[in-house]
This record gives sequence, structure tokens and C-alpha cells, in this order.
Amino acid sequence: MIKEVKLKINNIEVCVPEGSTILQAAKKLNIELPTLCYHNDLSVAGNCRVCIVEVKNSRLLQPACVFPVSEGIEVFTNSNLVRQARKHIIELLLSEHNADCTECYRNNNCELQRLAYEYGVSQHLFIDLIPLKNYEKDYSSPSIIKDDSRCIRCQRCVRTCEELQAVSALTVAYRGEHMKISTFFENPMFEIVCTNCGQCVLHCPTGALIERTYIDEVWEAINDPDKHVVVQTAPAVRVALGELFGYEPGERVTGKMVTALKLLGFDSVLDTNFSADLTIIEESNELLERLKKAIKEKQKAYLPMFTSCSPGWIKFAEHMYPELLPHLSTCKSPQQMFGALVKTYYAKKIGIDPKKIVSVSIMPCTAKKFEANRPEMKSSGYRDVDYVLTTRELALMIKQAGINFSKLSETNYDNIMGKSTGAGVIFGVTGGVAEAALRTAYEIITGKEIPFPKLNIIPVRGLEGVREVTIKIDGTLPEWDFLEGMELRVAIAHGLANAKRLIEKILSGQVNYHFVEIMACPGGCLGGGGQPIPVNTEIRKSRVKAIYEEDENMPLRKSHENPDVIALYNEFLHKPLGHKSHELLHVTYTPRKRY
Amino acid sequence: MNEIENIVKEMFKKYGKSRTALIPVLQSIIRKKRFLSDEDIVEVAKLFDLSSAEVYGVASFYSFLDIKPRGKYVIRICKTISCEMKGSKEIIESIKKMLKINLNETTKDNKFSLLTTNCLGWCHKGPAMLINEDVYYDLTPEKVAEIIEFYKNK
Amino acid sequence: MKSDKVINKVDLIFRKSESDEISVIKRVLEKKPIDIINNIIDSGLRGRGGAGFPTGLKWKLAYEQNSTVKYVICNADEGEPGTFKDREILDVVPQKVLAGMAICAYCIGAKKGYIYLRGEYFFLANKLEEIIENFNQKLKTIGLDFEIQLYLGSGAYVCGEETALFESLEGKRGEPRNKPPFPTSVGFLNKPTVINNVETLVYAYIITDIGPNEFKKYGTKDSRGSKVFSISGDTPKPGIYELELGMTVEDFVKEFGDGDTKAVQIGGCSGKCVPRKDFATTIIGFEGIPTGGSMMLFNSSRSMYNVLHNFLEFFCEESCGQCTPCRVGYQQLLKGIEAVKKGERPASYLEELKKLALTMKVSSKCGLGQSAANPFISIVDNFKEEMIY
Repeated sequence: MIKEVKLKINNIEVCVPEGSTILQAAKKLNIELPTLCYHNDLSVAGNCRVCIVEVKNSRLLQPACVFPVSEGIEVFTNSNLVRQARKHIIELLLSEHNADCTECYRNNNCELQRLAYEYGVSQHLFIDLIPLKNYEKDYSSPSIIKDDSRCIRCQRCVRTCEELQAVSALTVAYRGEHMKISTFFENPMFEIVCTNCGQCVLHCPTGALIERTYIDEVWEAINDPDKHVVVQTAPAVRVALGELFGYEPGERVTGKMVTALKLLGFDSVLDTNFSADLTIIEESNELLERLKKAIKEKQKAYLPMFTSCSPGWIKFAEHMYPELLPHLSTCKSPQQMFGALVKTYYAKKIGIDPKKIVSVSIMPCTAKKFEANRPEMKSSGYRDVDYVLTTRELALMIKQAGINFSKLSETNYDNIMGKSTGAGVIFGVTGGVAEAALRTAYEIITGKEIPFPKLNIIPVRGLEGVREVTIKIDGTLPEWDFLEGMELRVAIAHGLANAKRLIEKILSGQVNYHFVEIMACPGGCLGGGGQPIPVNTEIRKSRVKAIYEEDENMPLRKSHENPDVIALYNEFLHKPLGHKSHELLHVTYTPRKRY
Repeated sequence: MNEIENIVKEMFKKYGKSRTALIPVLQSIIRKKRFLSDEDIVEVAKLFDLSSAEVYGVASFYSFLDIKPRGKYVIRICKTISCEMKGSKEIIESIKKMLKINLNETTKDNKFSLLTTNCLGWCHKGPAMLINEDVYYDLTPEKVAEIIEFYKNK
Repeated sequence: MKSDKVINKVDLIFRKSESDEISVIKRVLEKKPIDIINNIIDSGLRGRGGAGFPTGLKWKLAYEQNSTVKYVICNADEGEPGTFKDREILDVVPQKVLAGMAICAYCIGAKKGYIYLRGEYFFLANKLEEIIENFNQKLKTIGLDFEIQLYLGSGAYVCGEETALFESLEGKRGEPRNKPPFPTSVGFLNKPTVINNVETLVYAYIITDIGPNEFKKYGTKDSRGSKVFSISGDTPKPGIYELELGMTVEDFVKEFGDGDTKAVQIGGCSGKCVPRKDFATTIIGFEGIPTGGSMMLFNSSRSMYNVLHNFLEFFCEESCGQCTPCRVGYQQLLKGIEAVKKGERPASYLEELKKLALTMKVSSKCGLGQSAANPFISIVDNFKEEMIY
């Protein structure tokens, strides 16, 4: 039994469990205290000090985010002392901060800006310190821009990189007036151990860390009559885009999004879910090949096989676990499979010179920008994906175009590579790739549907950091009889810190699996670094629910039943893991420096 | 085994194989090399299984864990008010002239770096300075000239 | 005020003790920890680092913690400008410091102790390590399971803040932690920890040796005992003096001034500045201005603007930088007085800055920022013309 503690906030009594903070107690009374360094996903720092409150008989104001309640304390959240101090603190932050808000990507979605407005601190009380600082802007990365002039040193990015992602590419450097958020020796973001996951962007309260935008380049392509601009949309975008147009988290806006893309002027609006289905065909066959090699042919096979859809995870593995690279599925991510096909199969099919095709993808992800830029990703003979936009950038384009999103009707994706199944859409959620692969692999092996009600493989789902599932294989087809009765062990991790935990256990031999799904971001792609800000567990949960609804509402639920994929094999690829597949759809990665 | 590995091994032995040995390791490198290069920090990070950025963050916090190249002898003059009242500014000026460098610079021969520092704890005998780990106080321009000369010939 | 009173110089700390340290510890081992702690409580000893937390109570809080692992840490990160007494204590009577740690360890049940010595005092390190080694051996022979180790700082004033010191010992940036929890329950490596200043540990040892009553003979009701002062600035006799607590600044200046003293900065940069007009009415001690012992005297040739400017530059550099009021606040105070001096801001801006200093006092995470108002307001208020013209 957790003891309840009674306290008073602004003379109103409230009971909260022992160990709660004042912030939590205030929330219970529907009092929202201002915060900046606090974020639900992260450990508590208590360093920005804007949440300070007065606690009776304490000579100091106390940070509500970290100060534990105790029986009988009396808290005042709006006393003159508190208001004066808070105003000062906001003014102080602004005096170090480049407040040219109109030039800032986070204009209108900035936590500091909001507080400045709420506390009426438009006049510059203190001396502008910016001229004294040698602020730098780092444009080196194709994914993330770091602008120190916007930084308020709350360290949310540093905690994100360490606690959620176990990367620690960002650190706090120097001290006092020179204290700053820095990379190793202030090296450019492009050269460091950064996975480009963008969780820092997602957790930054201001515009100090933002994605590199390619909106203008995309407009230019759209407006160029010589170009045929194809767009693909990742599964997780449709369950989050609505948030940027006032919808509640978890509202699916697939049809409206497609309409909007058509209105923006894309020549063809297609679905990454299609290539997710394709990935499943290739990847489940690859897994089965490896099992065959190991079990039937008793040869060395790299097991467990790790998924390779998440570019943040790929770069993490390149840096941290190069010894695991042979274990990665050689399948490209759905984005890159799509890109390679757009400038080959699709181009041929509609009879357009691939030179004239501009391939754009809308992703919940910042690492996809880096992935598209990899030198490995040119198997079509061209850059397979030309521009990657985040969910946020798409929303901005829709706003720029003056489209009233909520009033849009719903339309379907265009043909050729627009059809998809429920298995494709669940690529957007942690556990989804594993579930989709199991639905297909099980059927390849046994000729029967995987025995879960409505094909929902509930055990792989959820938001536990690391999950594991064992699927017993029953009634194999003759070709796969060596798998009869076998227990297929699958593990799933999301968030690179969880991935690291899982991998360390695998490497130490404590556990072993056949198949491991890793997604770099908490919750999977739906919690990706390119998704709407803010994000927290509740929001992620809503998006999870939406993804599974989208899956259940699809007429087809298994990748191998996707008619466009079947057509693709018949007309072009011929067979999974075939020659053409290897040429266009598979890739291997190379180690990078660890430190 | 390289130099850094040796240091780390030695400090693990002395302070336990944990992060508590990190700062002693960095201090040992400083005492040998006078500053921490990026390669050295990478090496340390590896041996402690920390990110190199994190070790860099720790080093840059501490005034004595220099991450900028320094000369063989690092001179740090106390700039606290009590030393200033006793003439630390003149001491700085005379060293600048002697070594033909400005504050925060290193002589061309990489022998001396000239820095300031906060209170050294010799306020009753100011001005005071450190040369590497050695402390000198009751300084006068003449005395400083002698000391620098001594290090020049060392 | 009895202005003819002569300052009472005391000789407890540096005195050659009649009994050697190990035999005192031996005697301690025959008593119950709580009795030793109660002795310290009875003596009224308060921390000599500056903050003045009752030492006995601190020990008791750690003693009451149910943990098999506890630590005793000697804070020898003496960084407050104008303070140098811990260096002298560690140089002259290191055994007493170690004995104080051992007694504390016995009282609270700690097996491991650390001395965090500031990097600036590296020249003491080799000698101290030898003495510690020797001392550890002796403790073994008398059956006290306690071992002391020396750690060096690396040039960061804020590491004198107890939780920043833990972080530094743990191999991290010296950033102070949020309090609560306090070190006696969650300290070094998150274990209950007593962290005391060098001088405090010596007094704890002395009190245990000679009894609380001998100690209580000195000082006042609120400020028991004596204290080692570090005296510098415009004085004919700078140096280290053990003096009785509770004297007035006037008595002090009479003894140590150069006849032209216009102000005394008590407690270093983070302390208060007392102008001549307040000398007679200001008591040095917990009932007046508490201090870690730094006493800087300024005569009329000195610019108090320069003094404040020097202090503020110090804080801008030495702030750990994590919390807003301290990191940015000090920069604003510094740039603010510069702007007023140059006439870029009106004299009334000093009032805004005073309000800011008060905000820093109540909203900063640790003592470094919380001290801002002490020097700032006392210097600006008392030497306003010097700030403006």
C-alpha cells in the first residue's frame, strides 16, 4: 500500500501518493505549472527553474518538477515572489536566446515562446547577451540542424540521447557562462556518433534542434513541368498528421492526407505500405533461408536475424555493434525499396524516363533523410529517394498551400504501387514488423494462417521496452518439415536504450532468438523523430491504437496477398530473393567508428 | 599496451574499476601531456565504455583538464581580488613580455602557456601562481623572471 | 559595544594535543556511537565550511539511516576566494582531520572515507597520501574497519558544494543535485554520506578528545567555539588565525585593519560586505554574518566597483551553468553593473539588478547562485556612488 500524503496547493487540499512531486499534485488539481526542462519521457533535471513554487516555511522557492510532497505542506504557485522569480527566469533565458521567432522553424510551437507570451515578457528587461556569444549553427547533417542560438540549455536533448537512445552523442560541455550543449569536441553533427533518429528534435522545447527541411526543393520539383513527382507516405504519418491540424492524437487521416498530397500537385500519390508488404515477402523469405541453412543444412547462418527497416537502428548498429551487421536483414527499408522501384519498375510501367522522376517520401523520421542520402542507395542508377520530408514538413506544405485540411474529402492512393495490406501499416508500430513477418512466414511454412484470432498477434504488441514471443510451428508443408514442432523465438525492442539492453543480453549468451525486431524510436515509427511535437506516452498510445485500427480495417491483412506486390513479382522481380531483388532491394552496411 | 591503457589500468587498481576512476585518469594524462587530445579522450571513453562526447563533457567542465593544446609548462596566475590588490596584473604583464605571448596563448616552442585562474588559496601571500602543479607566491616581477628562467632551462 | 575588547585568539586546532589521535580513537571505540554523536550535538558545533549546519545532527541523521554502505567525506575543496585555512590545517595537523573522519565513520557505520582535495593543493597530495596510508594501517591494528582515500579536484569552485562534490567523485561534471534528498540519506554513490569541512572534522575530533564543555567555553550561544580565519587584503598581518566567534567587525578591524579600512568582505565572494558604518554593530558568527573564515579587508584606496566586478566575473566562470538563475543571472549582474558604470543604463537599473539578485537567491539550485544577493546587494547598497561614477 502506498501511503497517501495530504497537502494544500493555493489553499486547496489534495491527496497524492507519497513520493509524488508538487508538479504531479498540482496536475491533480488541474493546475498547470510552467515547465521547460521537464519532459514526461525523461528523468527529472530541475534545472530551468521556471516551475518554482513557494513552499511555506522554506527559505527557497522549490522546483515543482522535482520537489517531493510531504504531509501538511502548503504550496503557493502564484504568489508575488513566485511570479517575479518566474518572470525573471524567462527574461534571463530570453537574454541568451535568439528570439527572432519569425525566422524560427518552431515559431508557434515553442515552449519558451509560449511562456514569454503568458508572462508578458515582451520588453527586454535585461541586457542582450547574444552579441557576446559565439553561437554556431551546424548544417552538416542531412537530417538535423543544431542551432545553439536557440538553445536554452535545458538538457532535454542530452537526456534523450542518453536515456532513451543510449547514444550520448550530445553532451553538456564547459560550465558557467560558456556552458553549452555540444558534440564530441564540437565536431559537426554529420561526423559524430549520431543515429539521426531525431528524438532530440522531438524533445527540444525550442528550435535549437530541428530537422533539415527540404520543402522548397520539393515545391520546386512539383512546379517543374518537366518533372514527374512521386510521393510515398509511411504508415505512421497517417496516424499523427492530424495532430498538426487540431485533431486529437490517434485520429486517422489517411484519406484526407492523400487528397491533400494530390492537391499539392504530386503527380502520383503512393504508399510506403506497399513496399512494407514487399519487405515482408523478402524479409520472411530471408529469415526462412537462414533457418534452413542453420537447421537443415547445418551451416553457419547469422541468427538471430535483425530487422533493417529503421535507419536509426542501422546507424546505431554500424557505430556500436559492427559485429552484428551480418545479422541484419539485407532487405532495404520500405522507403528505399520503394525508391529503387519508382525509378525502375514504375518508370517503365508508366513510360517515363526515370531521369525525370523526383521521388519524395513523407516519413515520421529524420533518419530517413540520412538514409536516402547514403551512397549505398543508388541501385536504380539514380538517387532512389530524392527528398524526405517529415510529417511536420508535410503539414507545413499543406498550410503553405492554403489547404483547409479538415474540410478535405477522402481519396485513395494512386495505382501501381498504392495498394497495401494491414501488415504494411503496422510497420509503423513497435512489434509491427515482427507481426507482419510472422503472418507471412507462418503461412509459407504451414500453408495455414497463423493461429491468432483475427490475425492479431497480441503477444508481440504493447509498449514494454523489450518483449519476447515464442511461436510454435505446427503442421509444416513438406518443404519446411525440418521446422516441425520448432519454437520460433522472436524478440522486439524499441528505443535504442532498450535495444542496447536486449543486444547485450544476446551477445552475452543469456538469451537467444531467431528473429529480432528493432525500431530506433520509442513506440516505433509512430514515435519517430519526424512526428508532431509534443509527444509523450499518452500520445504514443493513441497512435498505437490508431495503427491497429487501420490494420483491422484493411480488407487484406497479409503482405503476400497484396495484389500490387503479386503483380510486381509476376512482371518484374519474378521471385523473392531473386536476382532482381538482390540488385534493387537488398544492401549490406559497413562499420563506423564507435567513438 | 599503450600509455592511456596503462594509466587506466593503474587507476582502476587504485580507485576501483568504475567511473569513479575517470577523473583520476584524466588528471594523470594531464600531468603527462598537459592537455587531453581527442584521441586520448576517445581512448579513455573506450576503456570506460562511455561515449566520447560524455567524457569530453566531463573534461571541459574542469579548468585543469585542458582540452586545448598547452605547452610543457602551464602558468596560471591567480586573478582573485586579493591577489589583484597585491599586483597580479603586473605579474601577468611581465610574463607576457617575457614570453612574448598573450593570455591563453602558448609560446611557439610549446614550452609555456599563460592562463589565469581563480583563487589558489594563497591570498595572504599574493600574488600567487601555479606552474603545472607547483605553486609560487609572494611574487614580484623580478621573482617571476627568475622562476620562468628556471623553467626555460629545465 | 565594548570597543576596547581585545580579540580572543584561541589555540585548539593547531595545538599539539596531549593525547595522540589513535589513542583518542581507541577510547571512542569503547563508547556507543550515539554517545559520541550526542557529545558533538551538545557542543553546538556547526559546520565550518560556511553554511553552518549543526554537525552532530548531520552525523545523527546518517547514523539513523539503515544502510550497510555509508561514506564519510572530508570536503577539502576549499575554493572560496580569500580562504586558505584548510590548506594550513591539512599541512600542519592532517592527523586530526583523519581522526575526525575515523570518529565520524565509527559513529555512523561507514567503512570508506574520501578526502576531496582541491587540485590547486596538489603539492600536499603526496605527503597526505603517505600519512593516510599510515593512518589506515593504524586503524586496522586498533580494529576499526575504515579506510580513507585521497581524491583530487580539477579546478572547479562549485565542487565545494557537497552534491557537486559527489558528482565529481563519481567521475561526472560537478553539477549540484536537487535537494532533497539530502546527503545523509542519499549521498555519494546514492548512499548515506556525511560530508564535513576539514576544519569541522578537526573540531569534532577535538570535542571528542577534550569534551564539549571545553569547546563551549569559547564563542556565544549561537556561535559556539572558535574558528580559523583566513585574513587577507589591506592588512599589515595577513594570515591564518584561530579566533573566538562572536566578535564584532569593529574588534576585528582594530586588530587586523591598516587604520584605513573602509570595508570588510566576510565569507569570500559569496559572503557579505560590511561597510565602515556597520563595523560596530555587525557580529561575526551565526547570529550576525556567518563565514567559512574568509576575511578580506579593503582600505579607502580600493574601488568597490572593481571588487564587485571581480566577484561577478568569478561567479560567471564558476557557476556550473545548469540552472538558469545562476548561469544567466550572474552574467546579467556583471553586464548590468558595467552598463551602469558606462552610463548605458540609468542608475535605477541597479534596483532591477538587486531584484534579480533576490530572485537568484531564492530560485537557484545551489548555494553558488543563492549567494548572489550577499555580495551584490551589500556592495551596491553601501557603495552606490562607486557603482555609478
